[in-house]
Amino acid sequence: MSTHTLHFFDRVDTALHDATLRTALDRATTRFVGNRAGAIGALSDADRLRDQARALRAYALSRLDELLERLAERVEDRGGHVCWASDGEEAKRYIAELARSRGVRSIVKSKSMASEEIHLNEALERAGVEVVETDLGEYILQIAGETPSHIIAPAIHKTREQVGALFEQHLGMPPTTEVPPMIRAARQALRQRFLRADMGISGVNFGVADEGAVVIVENEGNARFTTTVPRIHVAIMGIERIVERLEDLAVMLQVLARSATGQKLSVYTSIISGPARPGEADGPEEFHLVLLDNGRSQILGGQYAEALMCIRCGACLNACPVYQSIGGHAYGGVYSGPIGAILTPLLQPDLPDNHLLPHASSLCGACQEVCPVRIAIPDLLLRLRADAVKAGKFHPIEKTAIQTYATMMNNPALYRASGKFAHLGARLLRRKGRIRRLPPPLHLWTRGRDFPSLPAQTFSEWWEERERQRRSG
Amino acid sequence: MSTPAGLRRVTLFVTCIVDQLYPAIGKATVQILERQGVAIHVPRGLTCCGQMAFNAGFRDESYAVAGRTIELLRGQGDVVLPSGSCAAMIRHLYAELFAHSPYAGPAAELAARTYELTEYLVDVLGVTDVGAHYRGRITYHDACHGLRFLGVGRQARTLLAHVREAEVRPLPNGGTCCGFGGLFAIKQYAISEAMLERKLHDVQAAEADLLVTGDASCMTQIAGGLSRRGSPTRARHIAEVLANMVDVRPV
Ligand code: SF4
Repeated sequence: MSTHTLHFFDRVDTALHDATLRTALDRATTRFVGNRAGAIGALSDADRLRDQARALRAYALSRLDELLERLAERVEDRGGHVCWASDGEEAKRYIAELARSRGVRSIVKSKSMASEEIHLNEALERAGVEVVETDLGEYILQIAGETPSHIIAPAIHKTREQVGALFEQHLGMPPTTEVPPMIRAARQALRQRFLRADMGISGVNFGVADEGAVVIVENEGNARFTTTVPRIHVAIMGIERIVERLEDLAVMLQVLARSATGQKLSVYTSIISGPARPGEADGPEEFHLVLLDNGRSQILGGQYAEALMCIRCGACLNACPVYQSIGGHAYGGVYSGPIGAILTPLLQPDLPDNHLLPHASSLCGACQEVCPVRIAIPDLLLRLRADAVKAGKFHPIEKTAIQTYATMMNNPALYRASGKFAHLGARLLRRKGRIRRLPPPLHLWTRGRDFPSLPAQTFSEWWEERERQRRSG
Repeated sequence: MSTPAGLRRVTLFVTCIVDQLYPAIGKATVQILERQGVAIHVPRGLTCCGQMAFNAGFRDESYAVAGRTIELLRGQGDVVLPSGSCAAMIRHLYAELFAHSPYAGPAAELAARTYELTEYLVDVLGVTDVGAHYRGRITYHDACHGLRFLGVGRQARTLLAHVREAEVRPLPNGGTCCGFGGLFAIKQYAISEAMLERKLHDVQAAEADLLVTGDASCMTQIAGGLSRRGSPTRARHIAEVLANMVDVRPV
């Protein structure tokens, strides 16, 4: 079943009733949260490092045009090609045309959220090219016909039991719930694909302007193969993912690895600058860098610019009690969790439930607490809520409720009177000192929670009475 | 601000939820502060900080409510609230709400003299023992806004550690949200219930007879869940414990 055709609330409902999903999320997010806490806690200067990371992101965004031009110029100096794609369509057209003109039949891909964002695979498959995902998680999802539900752990919603069953069915491997044999089986299946592929497509963690290079970090080694074995390498980079100098990576890669997986550094760090030069044994014949805007430059000057500081570590997803409860697919967009509730409405503005996503948060702040670049996620969610209201996107009952509330709070006499009225109502409804059922829309509270019965005297009444007695007494 | 007798004087803002639903928390706060020799002033007609409308995205309505609150608290000295959430609204979010408005200055001035109760007791008055006693097992839930936007939690633990005869037990995941979140509890009731479920699971694991927290709103959520499930554990506001207003009821 494709959950994307459902309404947001139905997707939430489906997720909450999926016991296997709960198991998978519990296991994975608990592990991620623990690993991150350990890795950040082990640093004596974590706060300073995070401040530095934030400052580097702010600096890069403040000079984005200049840094991107420097990056592009230097990539071209080294014999690479650069495509400035203003949207997903342009990026897809460029890559599909490249594949066609170079006679590409088979593509291997390493993990790239930017390619998910523009639905690149579908476009290439429509153009008659075979695309194989080589990141283990992405490979699992490709076999299962699903989409990622987490920025760094795309198949986080699957238990190893489910993956075992999937591999049994598709790869003919003996039933198992052990991870190492599954990895071996996937590697085996992928080896042929690597050798056959004419093109490798990768994402980019950071572009380095001064070097004309892109940096890719990973733990499986598949990105290294993807970018070196096929004769053409295409790297897709969201335009905001840039730093100026190579030294900046010392900070960025540390906070990224520690926040994402709790590692000191990722297992493989590839710094790629252009195609193989004459005499070099490794590397592709052609290197293409696709700089994807897709709405980002619009965000840059506005009140959500801070969201572009995101380095896609996934820590805010793992820490979010809402994400932990519903997983990534319920959000409906490519990006999920707290930062996804901001990025999806901004980068995929056509999705119908976008105005609901910023409400999928209790504003508890756990996201901001773990974010390595300290993005004020709750504040941004609140701004999106305000924008939705301005655009008239709210439930009519909500507006009535809020206006009634505001009128009451601004008028003490009315506030008191309605308090009295509520008290009378509560007396009718209470049983044994508590209320088990409230009328709509408050029945949504009492579905799973009791409500206290109201007191006979409010605090202000008590206080005023006390003051009167004091004065007269 | 000092009264002529040299007494400290604070303005108490009990918040709308305490005023209407839990006057006992307000009375407890009065008692605790007065025992510390603090003179209390409650401005007439003070209602709400405006958070409900703000969080829902209705900024004009919030502006009206919060603007009125700023007016009522103008020149009123230190303001103390028995709520981390409403104190955080004033200290953290008023800056956003009133940015580029005539209230920007007054909002910043108010933020600088606004305190959450436990923070005021420990950090400003320097009190750690308010003379409370409770014979039983207490566990403490860090309400989110106080914890993450004001950095309070340590103060409550210090105060609870001095409650005579109480055994304070750790609450697993004590800083994880209970799922209240204002209108979130209604609008996203299913997610809110799922989050509450986890909180109740942790509360049970703490094996305490009293769940204590610093926000009446989170208390309503957790107490509502405990009561619906027939749990013997009760939820109370920290002010009630510190003012000896919680009767001892053996579990
Ligand atoms: S918002 Fe922060 S925590 Fe979330 S993915 Fe981006 S960088 Fe990581």
